Amino acid sequence: MSAVTSDTITFECETGNYHTFCPISCVAWLYQKIEDSFFLVIGTKTCGYFLQNALGVMIFAEPRYAMAELEEGDISAQLNDYKELTRLCNQIKKDRNPSVIVWIGTCTTEIIKMDLEGMAPKIELEINTPIVVARANGLDYAFTQGEDTVLAAMVERCPAKISLDSNSNKESKNPESEQAPLVLFGSLPSTVASQLNLELKRQGINVSGWLPAQRYTDLPILEKGTYVCGINPFLSRTATILMRRRKCKLIGAPFPIGPDGTRAWIEKICSVFNIQPQNLDERENQVWQSLEDYLQLVRGKSVFFMGDNLLEISLARFLIKCGMIVYEIGIPYMDKRYQAAELALLEKHCNDMNVPMPRIVEKPDNYNQIQRIKELQPDLAITGMAHANPLEARGISTKWSVEFTFAQIHGFTNARDILELVTRPLRRNNSLEGLGWNSLVKENIK
Amino acid sequence: MKLAYWMYAGPAHIGTLRVASSFKNVHAIMHAPLGDDYFNVMRSMLERERDFTPVTASIVDRHVLARGSQNKVVDNITRKDKEERPDLIVLTPTCTSSILQEDLQNFVNRASMNSNSDVILADVNHYRVNELQAADRTLEQVVRFYIEKAKNNNDLDLIKTTKPSANIIGIFTLGFHNQHDCRELKRLLQDLGIQINEVIPEGGSVSNLKKLPKAWFNLVPYREVGLMTAIYLEKEFKMPYVSTTPMGVVDTGSCIKEIENIINSYTQDKISYDEYIDKQTRFVSQAAWFSRSIDCQNLTGKKAVVFGDATHAASMTRILSKEMGIYVICAGTYCTHDADWFKEQVQGYCDEVLITDNHTEVGDLIARVEPAAIFGTQMERHIGKRLNIPCGVISAPVHIQNFPLGYRPFLGYEGTNQIADLVYNSFTLGMEDHLLEIFGGHDTKEVITKGLSTDSELRWTSESENELRKIPGFVRGKIKRNTEKFARQNNVTEITVEIMYAAKEAMNA
Repeated sequence: MSAVTSDTITFECETGNYHTFCPISCVAWLYQKIEDSFFLVIGTKTCGYFLQNALGVMIFAEPRYAMAELEEGDISAQLNDYKELTRLCNQIKKDRNPSVIVWIGTCTTEIIKMDLEGMAPKIELEINTPIVVARANGLDYAFTQGEDTVLAAMVERCPAKISLDSNSNKESKNPESEQAPLVLFGSLPSTVASQLNLELKRQGINVSGWLPAQRYTDLPILEKGTYVCGINPFLSRTATILMRRRKCKLIGAPFPIGPDGTRAWIEKICSVFNIQPQNLDERENQVWQSLEDYLQLVRGKSVFFMGDNLLEISLARFLIKCGMIVYEIGIPYMDKRYQAAELALLEKHCNDMNVPMPRIVEKPDNYNQIQRIKELQPDLAITGMAHANPLEARGISTKWSVEFTFAQIHGFTNARDILELVTRPLRRNNSLEGLGWNSLVKENIK
Repeated sequence: MKLAYWMYAGPAHIGTLRVASSFKNVHAIMHAPLGDDYFNVMRSMLERERDFTPVTASIVDRHVLARGSQNKVVDNITRKDKEERPDLIVLTPTCTSSILQEDLQNFVNRASMNSNSDVILADVNHYRVNELQAADRTLEQVVRFYIEKAKNNNDLDLIKTTKPSANIIGIFTLGFHNQHDCRELKRLLQDLGIQINEVIPEGGSVSNLKKLPKAWFNLVPYREVGLMTAIYLEKEFKMPYVSTTPMGVVDTGSCIKEIENIINSYTQDKISYDEYIDKQTRFVSQAAWFSRSIDCQNLTGKKAVVFGDATHAASMTRILSKEMGIYVICAGTYCTHDADWFKEQVQGYCDEVLITDNHTEVGDLIARVEPAAIFGTQMERHIGKRLNIPCGVISAPVHIQNFPLGYRPFLGYEGTNQIADLVYNSFTLGMEDHLLEIFGGHDTKEVITKGLSTDSELRWTSESENELRKIPGFVRGKIKRNTEKFARQNNVTEITVEIMYAAKEAMNA
């Protein structure tokens, strides 16, 4: 419960009651990213109501995702799962004809032990559309890790070899592409992906593909020895599957978030390909200079991450470099190996900037965190949606952590967007300063 | 299995949590996997709640599954008991954890031994009832629990208040304009000289539930939630209740008359509210006057579709049909469990009745009958947007827009004004309507060409141009756009007067 900071990064696992979104929420962005896909969430009314309410997307589009809502007959095994799923998938195929149907397993399919992996290949043959099975359940995963489960499942579907169609093969083998193939994984809006492609191209590195691609039919080729590099910190399972199943070589770098992270990410990739990076120093400095107006607002300010989307370490590392003090980094799940380079950079920044190391709290307890926030009075709390309004009412400025999930934050170009979000409550405070309305709860309320 | 894109009513645990978190100083423990606790987000964001939602998820993960949930749940209950000192802790599973078929009652029994708070398990079947039914049951369960407890402790106070008094049952968090309705009902009862005994669950205290029988009667404004409680109290204490929703001028009058009857059954000196009803109807509320006004006259016979929860859809159908002369082609509700009541209520006021919780059926119906306006939920508003039919939102499921900061009740006499405004603003208005009728066209959101188009492969003949010139300036642009849109759709390059009329017909059809 104490709020002491120390000289080294401290890890603790509170194993508390914390709030984050369900991992099935990944369908909300993945169906948009993979344009020819259809996502079928196999779960209960509780899952469906979550997608419709917390994300509020279903109503606004002709979505390419739906619920296979389990009813009492399904739970009590009076109905045959196989028949039911075949029926629904046939209907989806008829209505939308997607290139792939992604089944999203939920807590319920885990508990009733529905054999999704067993059924999928048979139904796939029957309807002649690929079916990918991802178990994005809340028993094992948090929020953004849903994407991890989907990408990990898609790894298996990536083609193994360049097709032997000799003509196209020869053409693609121009002298430049002697470089070993490099595949990046993590879903980004296509503009941001192009920006990262371009940054690497400037260093003479060709990105041979992305997982996921814009279309399911364009999944990247994975061969033994293909280099792979993640762009998001929540993809540790995908990384492991890439290494174990497809014998890919993982490049462990900090993530390309913030100018410091982007630079380190490019440098690390360059080092793997034995390339001396060009003009990176200048590029990074330029970006920092362009951020100066925002940096003036955040320098010396303190921030507390309650923990939600697993981007916390990368964001904290960037904000420390911006001159902020991070008290605590809550995070639902901490893979110290996959995030090793990120953690090392965080530690280095703390030393460089001469600020105390933050404490990293895995599976935090939200109640305890709120007590700590009250004690520490940070200038900003980055928090899940459930806690934002109550904290604001108590005079603590907040920013929703989900906004960082949905905003474009990767690469040099988008560093400004991160600070745009971070400084918004601070700029709001400047506008409202002098009104004297900082606390909007009655005195006796906790 | 059911292929579902959207649903009108949420899962059962949401109903339970809405009731629990509406009471003061009651904490709910959800026994659920990570991510099932989005109720906290909904309440905090939609209601813009300043206080932390008093709901804690006791998280079920792999470890908990392997070891059994009992210790974790019991620990979390006793922990909240110490941290928050609530009067009552309500334990609820979700659809997911209810499959585990654990003996949650046993968890509750164990936790109660070490807690100062009362602890109960919300007794709801998560696969058989929806949000609204679960809310109704949970409210009844909580009330019953405290009445029984008071009976056992011998401190049940059955002496009626000296002045006429009422309990308002069924106002709760995330309800459709519930807070505004509550204020309006309090004002109405005050006007009638009736004291408010208790309002539950919103803002109510469980320790006051034993005082419920002191009231002369119960008022249940929405039949979805509160009716079970009222029936229980009637059985137990012969407390009469009024479940006529005071929505619209006529039903508000009937509701007040029912209250009058109940009060007169208690006293020798008979009272009459006739004068009050008459004054409110004819002079205070503007709705009755609106019905007579020339504006409303123009709405006569306009076609409308109504869809929503049973309470709001039935009341709205009657208001449109009886009080405004609007032609309700179809009235429907997603409260399938209340179908009989609903059919009886709207009988004679509409051509068709639709009972379904499938939004695509509602969409298809609207597309088929093409009403001039829809009165429905956020879903129908969305359907209306796609079909270019205006929609007034009259019922849950709620949206952030249904939590206006200003005062917008749907009940009582102020509610009648709000509804009249909503109805009037939902239809295209006044003279514009006439002109549109001549040349066709609904409000188009998409601008085909801005202003009077100059470009174009489309050629207007001199006759049709003359015809266009006759149309008053403020709708001319719209008529021109609609005609050109029609021409493009039909691969016509030369716009003759015939095409103009064909376009008008097509747009009206």
